[in-house]
Amino acid sequence: MNGAETLQRPNAAIDLGARRRTRIVGAILILLAAFVVVVLGDAPGDATFRLSRPRDIWVLPDLIVPAQPFIYIAAALTAFLGARQFLRGGGRWTTLSLGLGLGLGVLAFLVWATAGNAFSLTGMLQATMVRAVPIALGGLAAVMCERVAVVNIAVEGMLLAGAFTGALMGSVVGGWGGLLSAVVIGGLFGFILAALVVTYRMDQIIAGVVINLFVLGLTSYVSSQVFAEMRHLNNAPVFRAIDIPLLSDIPVIGPMLFQQNIFVYGALIMVAVSTYYLFHTRNGLRARAVGEHPRAADTLGIDVYRTRYLHVTIGGMIAGFGGAWFTLGSVGRFDENMTGGRGFIGLAAMVFGRWHPVGALMAALVFGFTDSLQQKLALLQTPIPSEFLAMAPYVATIVVVAGLIGRARPPAADGKPYVKE
Amino acid sequence: MSVNESLDAARDKLLQRAAPDRTEFEDLVIVPLFAFAVALILGAVTMLATGVDLATIGRSYVALLVGSVGSVNALSETLVAAIPLVLAGLGLALGFRAGLFNIGAEGQILMGGLAAVIFGFTFSALPFVILMPLSLLAGALTGAFYAGIAGWLRAATGAHEVISTIMLNLISYRLLDYMLSLPWVQREGRADPVSRSVPDAAELPRLLEWLDPNLRLHAGVFVMLLAVAFVYWLLFRTKLGFEFRASGASPDAARYAGMHASLIIVIAMATAGALAGLAGANQVLGVLGRATPGFSAGIGFDAIAVALLGRSHPIGVLFAGLLFGALQAGGRQMQVDAGVGIDLIGIIQALVIVFIAAPLLVRAIFPWGFRNRQKGTHQ
Repeated sequence: MNGAETLQRPNAAIDLGARRRTRIVGAILILLAAFVVVVLGDAPGDATFRLSRPRDIWVLPDLIVPAQPFIYIAAALTAFLGARQFLRGGGRWTTLSLGLGLGLGVLAFLVWATAGNAFSLTGMLQATMVRAVPIALGGLAAVMCERVAVVNIAVEGMLLAGAFTGALMGSVVGGWGGLLSAVVIGGLFGFILAALVVTYRMDQIIAGVVINLFVLGLTSYVSSQVFAEMRHLNNAPVFRAIDIPLLSDIPVIGPMLFQQNIFVYGALIMVAVSTYYLFHTRNGLRARAVGEHPRAADTLGIDVYRTRYLHVTIGGMIAGFGGAWFTLGSVGRFDENMTGGRGFIGLAAMVFGRWHPVGALMAALVFGFTDSLQQKLALLQTPIPSEFLAMAPYVATIVVVAGLIGRARPPAADGKPYVKE
Repeated sequence: MSVNESLDAARDKLLQRAAPDRTEFEDLVIVPLFAFAVALILGAVTMLATGVDLATIGRSYVALLVGSVGSVNALSETLVAAIPLVLAGLGLALGFRAGLFNIGAEGQILMGGLAAVIFGFTFSALPFVILMPLSLLAGALTGAFYAGIAGWLRAATGAHEVISTIMLNLISYRLLDYMLSLPWVQREGRADPVSRSVPDAAELPRLLEWLDPNLRLHAGVFVMLLAVAFVYWLLFRTKLGFEFRASGASPDAARYAGMHASLIIVIAMATAGALAGLAGANQVLGVLGRATPGFSAGIGFDAIAVALLGRSHPIGVLFAGLLFGALQAGGRQMQVDAGVGIDLIGIIQALVIVFIAAPLLVRAIFPWGFRNRQKGTHQ
């Protein structure tokens, strides 16, 4: 029944599964190619992608792609990658092939949906970045916890707590106060998780599930009991986008990275800082040692319990900041269960990103891309039902986790409680 | 502190050997009792913090009691709420025993319930004795298939079931919305996503209609009891059940003993999914009579709590499910009588699980409730 223990996979199983996994990846890619040809094959006209907006200083010409040839070339490349993978099963190529194949599939789909139409690529990339923020921060929070061997399923609950606190305190004391409170409450739940799993040695997955249930119950209760009557408590100011001079005028990249609000900048800075901290400082090395071999770390005089408390609390603070995005960074109002599984996608981003902050950010961008794709495609009026577009990020998560997990190794002590001798 | 802890651990171990009954009694009875008491107190604190006065708090807890066990109707409602919780909880408990943390009961309930509805109205010409059991079976098989996807992914690629079942949950909501808008599923003349009604011949019959037509207790209660007996038999009396438990307790040992780890994972997930699907079928055939978006209403997540509270034992799950059913039924009464939101029940449930799953925490809060511990602190 010990769920946390099953997060470990013996190495023998990975080796046995490796060959089968490359086969499965190959089969998936061939199926994807067939799908592209059969379903998307009929696309008359050109697809026009706008790279600039009318008021930009530097204007790039529109990118015009002949739809039908592009789709067939993309399908042929995907099929080639799939067949190569299926027949030869090159170990190192599996991840790359899967990534390339999925990327080509998405591009073909985008071209098919845009055929005979025009589409603002800049706007979509900007939306991608915005939608990636909560996922990236959730993933980063999970990285901080798992690097010290605490599995944090509670990211979802911490995001929700941050969103709720942001709305409530933002309405009372203003945006910055709301943001600060969200960070503090996120840290508090991180501390509670640490106390439950480190001091009271509760199963880590159960502790996470319980925190999720608790936060969902508490925030839903308060929002139906209090917010319904006192609307002024649920009306927080929203942080506006701040243009960074000069950099924000760069075509395509400028709007994506440098015309955003503080949550985007905060996420980028946190990813950079935590990468430097984890991999280039003494304390980061100690933290990773606690995650890989707590007994050895303990022997060398590192306080395992303190390290775990500290990092899980920091993880909670990051998740609290990410949670505030939902209210202070977008709509200013809290709704029941408004995080809608973003925290879990953040966990998938962490796995996808191989327990590395930058990897988690990249994975979050992929999820943000599919998320914003779904929004934009609704405008293009494709014949595909919107429910299926809404499913796309989740299906992509499953495919990615299934295709990659064997190659990504979690910290060795991940999920195990440590008992001092 | 560390020295004390290790001493405590060693003493606990020794005492366990000397007096196993006492420890077991404490774990099974005293810890849940304290957990429940603390959860109720903290629930009251939450209400106080949101500006509910003491009289209303008293009234709401009285309503909780009356609404769950205070009358025949209350008992009937408690059982109706407990049936899907126990069924899905049994599935999750089975998974836990096999070392699988299945979060996907919610999606399996939705898919199973939808399949049962569709089967029911598609073959509405069949007589009751055939149609009703087959509709239940359709729900169970669909749930098994849906959970089997996660099991297969875990066995074939190592994708962790926690993430894949969560994703399958999210997918199931969208899939249900889509299916409910299809012309052959949607009720005629309705623009909103509502399925056609379950025909009378597929409905689980009401058991107490002769007493009062409002009593909703239905034949699903027998399905629930049969399922408890079945899971007990499967887990503790069959070779397959032994293999589930062995691979849950120690995957490596099970593999060295020649068990087929992958196959066991897929079968365990599928069985768990079948039970969750059955829970969904019970809801639509016994209570709702049709499928609507999100008709599972969080049962799948509450069932996780039920399975944990029941210590993954079929009998324990039965009692935990009855307790949670009582909380649900009483919570509704509480909302009507005292105007306190039913979400408070969610908080109480989460707190109960915290204290159940961390017995060390309960022992730390109530040292006087535990003989072993008390001796320890005085020495």
